[in-house]
Amino acid sequence: MKDTILKLEHVKKNFGPKTVLHDVNIEIMRGEITCIIGQSGHGKSVILKNIMGLMKPDGGRIIYNGKVISSPITPDSEYDKVRQKFGLLFQGAALFDSMTVGDNIGFTLRERTNLTEDEIQARIRNGLSMVGLHNIEHQMPAELSGGMRSRVGLARAVAMEPDIMLYDEPTSALDPIMSDKINDLILGLRQKLNMTSIVITHDMSSAYKIADRICMLHNGKIIFQGTPAQIRASRNSYIQQFISGKRKLFYAMGADQEMDKQVNLSSIHKEAHKKTFGGVTELKVVPKKRTVGDI
Amino acid sequence: MVRHKHQNLEHLIDFFAAISRFAEIIRDVIIRAPLIFKNPDLTIRQMRIIGIESIPLVIITSIFIGAEVVVQANFQFQGLVPMRYLGFVVSKSLISELAPVITAFVVSSRISTGIAAELGSMKNSEQLDAMTCLSLDSTRYIIVPKVIASIIMLPVLVIISEFFGYMASIIFVHFFIDVTMNTYLEGLRLFFSPNDMILGVLKTSVFGGIIAFCGAYFGLECAKGAEGIGDATTRAVMLSAILILIFDFVIAILFL
Repeated sequence: MKDTILKLEHVKKNFGPKTVLHDVNIEIMRGEITCIIGQSGHGKSVILKNIMGLMKPDGGRIIYNGKVISSPITPDSEYDKVRQKFGLLFQGAALFDSMTVGDNIGFTLRERTNLTEDEIQARIRNGLSMVGLHNIEHQMPAELSGGMRSRVGLARAVAMEPDIMLYDEPTSALDPIMSDKINDLILGLRQKLNMTSIVITHDMSSAYKIADRICMLHNGKIIFQGTPAQIRASRNSYIQQFISGKRKLFYAMGADQEMDKQVNLSSIHKEAHKKTFGGVTELKVVPKKRTVGDI
Repeated sequence: MVRHKHQNLEHLIDFFAAISRFAEIIRDVIIRAPLIFKNPDLTIRQMRIIGIESIPLVIITSIFIGAEVVVQANFQFQGLVPMRYLGFVVSKSLISELAPVITAFVVSSRISTGIAAELGSMKNSEQLDAMTCLSLDSTRYIIVPKVIASIIMLPVLVIISEFFGYMASIIFVHFFIDVTMNTYLEGLRLFFSPNDMILGVLKTSVFGGIIAFCGAYFGLECAKGAEGIGDATTRAVMLSAILILIFDFVIAILFL
């Protein structure tokens, strides 16, 4: 059985009078890829910033390997001890503009490790080849395309070999082919390094492809945690709306066969059913009829 | 009325919070300043950007300051003050005030805005957050080299400014003013005190610190978007100009 590597317990975060995270509880298993999905502005990135130590929760705590690393009363020095265990790929890669690609990856290695310059150069080359890039060490970030920047950002983040890799909407600004490439890289990292990953996304095709578990955030609360198959089978109307990308519920419901997938009639207890429905033996849910006024 | 008072109180709190944040940045830079020797290349690069690349701007400004002082002094002296004092006035005004303060203003318009825009843009594009995530101290690697370079290079720029100011004044007198070169040069040497020059040059180190700290503060406090960066650069140059004048006055009171 997989053990828990990271745990968020009752995490709360306010910005002035506005509460962004109400009571977030998430458990991240070692070696798993967890996707956190949700609408824009519902607090996904705030969760990520709390995990990365860029913000401190106003309530609750974050536990890494059984040790509290962040809470309203935990000193920053506690987080600093484990900071290098976390890597983050920013949405726009956040490469340092004034440095070459090689320096972007090598800077941390030079400052935070005792590696020789030859070893650092080797790591830079390995990192770049791992993300499918070659001979771009001397280029500046401004000369790279969006996909290349993301991949360099990934190479930079994994250069220090973190335990947990976080991705902030890694595919949101990329074309479908490049998105798939990034998804493969995330899966590849898990395969090669058994790296635990947390991916913030609202791209459901990516989430279905890479996630072992999906957590759904809505209005600052986790309203769903489960596997991709479980979220597909969820009967929660909001979840169905979100995962199928529909503005209105009846679009999400679709046709009868879609409903049959969601409603498992055999699981309904016959006696209880008889009591409730007074002898009606067949239950069929018919999608609401669309009228001009509904559209 | 109550709301008005409440808003005033909020502004007062914001003002003190800003001062506290500014002081925090100064403290963080002072604590990390000794670490520049571990990455001398970062400071040298900033010295090039802040110092060497500002030289053309400083030379052009100084030439016109030197010439303008001669024109003004010559005009004001007509029939009132002996022309042997022309060089003296040019020398004193250039060394004590004009070269240090105007050089600081000119460099501030280039450097404090540059620092504010760079840091603001790094903040908006999450580069500062990325540094934190990579366990890199942004104050140490980004702000300290700029502050140290600014403190070192401002006096160098002022010496260059004074040299070109003098040269411009001499050339202008030679070609356009009805004063012999000997009289003018004698005036330049009259009451010349090396202490004035030393004080004039050293106080620009303080101005250099002011310029860099103002840029850093407004860059770090920069709001999102293009407007945020524009606002940060404007405020940085405004505050640095005000602080340069205030500190110039304080130094004059203390040391003259």
